[in-house]
Amino acid sequence: MAPESLGQIFLAAVLANNFVLAMFLGLCPFLGVSARLDTAFPMGIATTFVMLVASLCAFGLNLLLTMFQLEFLRLISYIVVIASAVQLVEMFLKKTSPALFRALGIYLPLITTNCAVLGVALFQTAREYSFAQAMVFSFGGGAGFTLALVLMASVRERLQLSSVPGVAQGTALSLMLAGLLSMAFMGFAGLGG
Amino acid sequence: MSEIAQARTFDEFMEGIWRQNPVFVMVLGMCPVLAVSVSAVNALSMGLATMFVLVCSCGLVSLIRKIVPKEVRIATYIVIIATFVTVVDYVIQAVSLEIYEALGAFIQLIVVNCIILGRAEAHASKHPPLTAMVNAMGMSIGFVIGLFALGAVREVLGAGTLFGFSLFGPNFQPWVVMVLPPGGFIVLGGWLLLFSALKRRKEVRLAAQGGGHGA
Repeated sequence: MAPESLGQIFLAAVLANNFVLAMFLGLCPFLGVSARLDTAFPMGIATTFVMLVASLCAFGLNLLLTMFQLEFLRLISYIVVIASAVQLVEMFLKKTSPALFRALGIYLPLITTNCAVLGVALFQTAREYSFAQAMVFSFGGGAGFTLALVLMASVRERLQLSSVPGVAQGTALSLMLAGLLSMAFMGFAGLGG
Repeated sequence: MSEIAQARTFDEFMEGIWRQNPVFVMVLGMCPVLAVSVSAVNALSMGLATMFVLVCSCGLVSLIRKIVPKEVRIATYIVIIATFVTVVDYVIQAVSLEIYEALGAFIQLIVVNCIILGRAEAHASKHPPLTAMVNAMGMSIGFVIGLFALGAVREVLGAGTLFGFSLFGPNFQPWVVMVLPPGGFIVLGGWLLLFSALKRRKEVRLAAQGGGHGA
């Protein structure tokens, strides 16, 4: 079991090792959905939920696979679990909030291929977190992802009002912005260990 | 007839390298691109691992494209991809422990690389195996070029070396931020700026040419 305390793990996952800005996980939705604040936030929440479910299932699965010495199936079983969790969220959103469902569009099923989700499952296995640690880690990761998404979306909403040189418009500008945000997050390095 | 077929195959191949380069044009699969492009060696090995997975899984997906029911196709593709990634994971571990540790979890994260699923869904599931594999090969070469362009720039600026060889002598003050996470975003942003500037120039030139013909 890893020695870090729960608070340390949470802080590290949200700030110092922010999934998007320090570990480069989940960049596709980060660049894709962060154009507007009102889609960015729900997307972050949905991803956080999937992360929690995935982390929970991955923990159980890992116990089972280790018991039967089937570690080589780990990756395949994780990804299947994540795909089902995403399906669940998708059905839930479609029933409760069709408008949001349409706004998120293709990016909702793409949570399956969000590396942040699989990353949580893989990292918690590699670091041998206990159950509580794994839960805190995945929640922190999700919160960090949401934070990065919301920050980015707010900046980009502002940017729509300013005049940007034509060459820099689009992805290049978003990447530069992400670089600056990431540099700001570097200031948290060392926090939470 | 065969010449046309050949030209088409070549076109399929070049599509991924230039016109639809996954890194610079489609901006797909960014996570591994930015995370492992700290040095040129890492970038190359990551590119090669992805190439293997991409080509093999596109071939297999294309072989079974008529058997798989439409509803479960994505799940099937993911399982196929995950299988090949597991193979690559164990192979790299066996060949070089050093690279395995440098790439870390990102080898297993090839599974969720959008390029692979995207190609399987958009191309391999609609074309015969050979075409699909040629296209996948082109795509992955484009991916390797993108990764290498990023990794080389970051290594040269951030550590003053290329493939571990010192370029500027001992007095070089490394630009450390380039090998840290922000550097990845900024260098990729810079490359995209360059490409969009080139595209813009071409458009302007084409417009000028078109105008000349009209007059």
